[in-house]
Amino acid sequence: MTTRGRPNRLFYNLSAKIAALPMMFTALVVFLGGTVWTVVYSFTNSKLLPRENFVGLDQYERLWSTSRWIISIENLMIYGVFSLIFSLVIGFSLAALLDQKIRYEDTFRTILLYPFALSFIVTGLVWQWILNPQFGIQGIVRGWGWESFTFDPLYNPDIVMFGLLIAGLWQGTGFIMCLMLAGLRGIDEDIWKAARVDGIPMWKTYLLIIIPMMRPVFITTLVIIAAGIVKLYDLVVAQTSGGPGNASEVPAKYVYDYMFQAQNLGQGFAASTMMLLTVLIVLIPWAYLEFGGKKHD
Amino acid sequence: MKACKTILAGASVLALSVSVNAAELEVTHWWTSGGEAAAVAEFAKAFDATGNKWIDGAIAGGGGTARPIMISRITGGDPMAATQFNHGQQARELVEAGLMQDLTEVAERDGWKDFIYPSNLLDSCILDGRIYCVPVNIHSPEWLWLSNAAYEKAGVPVPTNWDEFVASAPKLEAAGIIPLALGNQPWQSNLAFGALQTAIGGLDLWKKVNVEKDMEAAAGPEFAKVFEAAANARKLAEKSTVQDWNQATNLVITGQAGGQIMGDWAQGEFAVAGKVAGEDYTCLPGMGVNEYISTGGDAFYFPKLDDPEKTAAQLELASLMVSKQVQVAFNLKKGSLPIRGDIDLAAANDCMKKGLEILAGGNIIPAGDQVWSPDVVKQTEDLMVEFWKTDMSAEDAQKRWVEIHENDG
Repeated sequence: MTTRGRPNRLFYNLSAKIAALPMMFTALVVFLGGTVWTVVYSFTNSKLLPRENFVGLDQYERLWSTSRWIISIENLMIYGVFSLIFSLVIGFSLAALLDQKIRYEDTFRTILLYPFALSFIVTGLVWQWILNPQFGIQGIVRGWGWESFTFDPLYNPDIVMFGLLIAGLWQGTGFIMCLMLAGLRGIDEDIWKAARVDGIPMWKTYLLIIIPMMRPVFITTLVIIAAGIVKLYDLVVAQTSGGPGNASEVPAKYVYDYMFQAQNLGQGFAASTMMLLTVLIVLIPWAYLEFGGKKHD
Repeated sequence: MKACKTILAGASVLALSVSVNAAELEVTHWWTSGGEAAAVAEFAKAFDATGNKWIDGAIAGGGGTARPIMISRITGGDPMAATQFNHGQQARELVEAGLMQDLTEVAERDGWKDFIYPSNLLDSCILDGRIYCVPVNIHSPEWLWLSNAAYEKAGVPVPTNWDEFVASAPKLEAAGIIPLALGNQPWQSNLAFGALQTAIGGLDLWKKVNVEKDMEAAAGPEFAKVFEAAANARKLAEKSTVQDWNQATNLVITGQAGGQIMGDWAQGEFAVAGKVAGEDYTCLPGMGVNEYISTGGDAFYFPKLDDPEKTAAQLELASLMVSKQVQVAFNLKKGSLPIRGDIDLAAANDCMKKGLEILAGGNIIPAGDQVWSPDVVKQTEDLMVEFWKTDMSAEDAQKRWVEIHENDG
């Protein structure tokens, strides 16, 4: 018995490991390698072609003194905060409503999830038309006789981000709802019974018992929403292309425009490195909560 | 798999041996609208007539979309045989990196230097004394397009220059007409500002700032007047909420707006709408103040290829593009001005003729793309769209304009 020894752990379940090799290769070389390369070249003055002419933090200094970048960051903050709050509140509310053992739940779920099947480009174009003052909501309401009605978020620099937000929420909340619904279904039926026996009102049960129990679901949802916020690009391109003026510019669009239109790779890399930093700021606390915290449980 | 490859290789050898003198060249460009496609077809027709084959590689979505695709194909080792860029510095680094075909021999054989007019078009193609591109047309951005119907409705005569245009604006507004149509995209704000530079600042100042790059002049009081004029103009464009340039042109065509500052390509829109120059609309080159036009436009570059037959065909195409017949056919369809001064465009319309006269008179300046790097152009566009669409003060805008242009390496 002992002469054979235990099989080497490295070769355990070999076929699965071989199957995972391409993914590991992609993750290491393409994602990690590409990231490192980008960060390194963000310290150069590369124009159209990458060049190893290091200029220190010049690109970052220029980046942070560019008003378009500052506006982009502000816009992302506005969009991010509101998108986070509304996605969670609306997504959870819809899930809670669907969880009341209503009839035709499948139908409602399908309807609410349907926008998620559309790309941001389609979403953006659809909402561009809906919010168009001549043909969209404003035009229809004025057609009913309310002549002074004004609703043109895409043409008003002060509220254009909310025009984008409406489209983003329409597209994304269905998915958040599904995640939340799955979380709610994971809650033991007995907890509800116990709460009912104790005479706790339903809203209080949700707020104080169910939501704390759904912590893992909330954290996953948070990361998904946050990632969606940081990479916000196609919706803006389709809906406003950054306008009016530069009132709805976002960081990802800055990166693209400067890498390809301005032929200034260094500047684009610096901007994308700043975006990576933002993602890390979100990701590291999450990783800590998800993986670091478990050891103590 | 291997057998498959062998067959394919054999087939391609066969194909090559069949077409001894006929090479297939893929040509990429971003000309996709009706008039543009018709113009490209003239190139293709002329090239096919030589026994070669033109493979059309049109990329939709305009230059901003097409150029990244072209550049990544050239740098990624999958070059096309010929590709469009704007005159100027857009492809400069590709030339510097040795990725482009040297056309000097053809140019010397055909004597490009003798007939290409204005000669600064060719200058933009030259690096270290060698020629790397073929200019094919001239598009100038400094035009003011006016709707005669809108002025009739407001009861004022159609302006003949920018100052009259500004003076007539209150009457237009009273008649419910937007005085100035301006699309939301950054490049349009920049174009409008560029046109004001030549109209308000004049040629000497323009050259001092943009060619000699004298930043003291750019920060000076004369140049400040341009910014003040732009700050006034943006009030006239306040109610214009469209995105694309052709939507803005459409406001002028339908008489909803008084005028638009746009390049000479706008006349294609008027033509498609069945409008007649002089009757339905008026065009003022150089905004009616300083009749100068800048020599922007398109040029073709030929990436280096390994196949000697294709290289020969590239040179053939280059020579063809500047030949007399092709220049006439192409530019009439495109609505642009030809790059040689020795041909007769009798079929040109009124506005094109005005352009030709100015060109013949030698009142020309280089285009922004020729004197500034794409990086500076993009930053200026960002600044200008912010300036035109917010209430940024003229002084701030001027200060930032100077900062951007000082740093051009």
